[in-house]
Amino acid sequence: MSATNGSTFLSRLDKTGTDILKCMHCGVCTGSCPSGRHTSLNVRNLLRKARKGESVLSDETLWTCTTCYNCQERCPRGIDIVDAIFEIRAIAVHEGIILKEHRTVGKLLVEHGHAVPINAENKAKREALGMDALPPTVHSFPDALSEVKKLLANCKFDELMSNE
Amino acid sequence: MSESARKEHEMNKLSLFLGCVIPNRYPGIEKSTKLCLEKLDIDCVDLEGASCCPAPGILRSFDKTTWLALSSRNITLTEDLGRDMLTICNGCYGSLADANNELKADEDLKESVNSHLAAVDREFKGTQDIRHITEFLYQEIEPENIRELVTNPLEIRVAVHYGCHLLKPSKGRAGMNVERPSFFDELVEATGAVSVDYPDKMECCGAGGGVRSALSDEALALTEHKLSMIEAAGVDCIVNACPFCHMQLDVGQTDLNERDGTEHSIPVLHYTQLLGLAFGYTVEELGIDLNSTLNKAFFEMIEDLP
Ligand code: SF4
Ligand code: SF4
Repeated sequence: MSATNGSTFLSRLDKTGTDILKCMHCGVCTGSCPSGRHTSLNVRNLLRKARKGESVLSDETLWTCTTCYNCQERCPRGIDIVDAIFEIRAIAVHEGIILKEHRTVGKLLVEHGHAVPINAENKAKREALGMDALPPTVHSFPDALSEVKKLLANCKFDELMSNE
Repeated sequence: MSESARKEHEMNKLSLFLGCVIPNRYPGIEKSTKLCLEKLDIDCVDLEGASCCPAPGILRSFDKTTWLALSSRNITLTEDLGRDMLTICNGCYGSLADANNELKADEDLKESVNSHLAAVDREFKGTQDIRHITEFLYQEIEPENIRELVTNPLEIRVAVHYGCHLLKPSKGRAGMNVERPSFFDELVEATGAVSVDYPDKMECCGAGGGVRSALSDEALALTEHKLSMIEAAGVDCIVNACPFCHMQLDVGQTDLNERDGTEHSIPVLHYTQLLGLAFGYTVEELGIDLNSTLNKAFFEMIEDLP
């Protein structure tokens, strides 16, 4: 991929795009990465790939970062690595590159105002504990839920999570 | 009341933000929190009508504008009450405290978020703080005062799991030591328990960032490592400050047992459940028996404590 493609891609990232260019390839991030110890994620390589262009968008290791922030806290160049990962992921999602389980979580949020909504088993657990079956969140306040839905629509998040 | 006492009193008026996983998967933690707050005489009301925080790893990865808009709506609910917000989940704390800090520090960003909030007649003002129950108890109540209220000292060995988002990202946060903190251990030891050190204590449980929801084998690989370190240290239970870590470490054990035929059986408790035991509440009252991983020997040991 050409250098032009790389800098065009980085310019689509907020300030983290210029941040990434400060990397001195010391490897502290990769050495600190708990995910990388057990999965194929190599965060230094992931950032290097981002410098080269948009092929990083479909790199599956982009989604094996747990956002633990070890790398960002320890980077000697002060690069906001996790913020960069968030931005790269967001570009991917806006281009329709999203895992189906993640789309499901987004849809649950759009429908219920909770990414993890209540279910029958937990209503029963709540009642067994002497609590109301529904918590005092959007689950109990329909007006609050419609407000959340309106806000998500205003941010076009419902469209983003739809299959089209 | 003196001026400073009144200020302190105001500061300690809180609203309880529940999030998703606690009320909808581990309601025992919600109940334990309320029992502990009552015992500690902390003025805290439900934050009615709150939604998902939204989750800092996964939802922030999809769209930052949405993440900020929804978290700031939750913050305006507590602004309306004139109360600081108390979170009992690292993820909720991470999302809401970081959104609050970013918006307080950046006028342009605040303006842009408010243009979305205007659609629902709300405005982020930046008048309140977001607290996490562990740092709140440590700083405002202090471990010695908690120790004095303990009626049933817990002579048990505990593996403390801080979790990531309680401390990180450190930028904009209160300045806790992120590599070797001790405040949570001190709170745990205030119950009479011993916090046992173990390798990779500060390491991630594996759940965050959308890994648990879409790549469960990868998440479990981190969990298995964490559990192996904890098991080798010889403890009676794990204590956490986050229902998402709680779920990963609890359900993760049953997932691993089913997949690999292993016999992981370490009880997993949220701090408010540990504190509840030390205040004399039972395993059932605190919902500790509603976990996925159940350990009868642990329940019996708790019952037999003087
Ligand atoms: S720690 Fe920072 S400077 Fe070192 S390789 Fe990673 S991103 Fe680059
Ligand atoms: S934040 Fe992600 S990339 Fe960085 S150390 Fe943690 S898991 Fe690895």
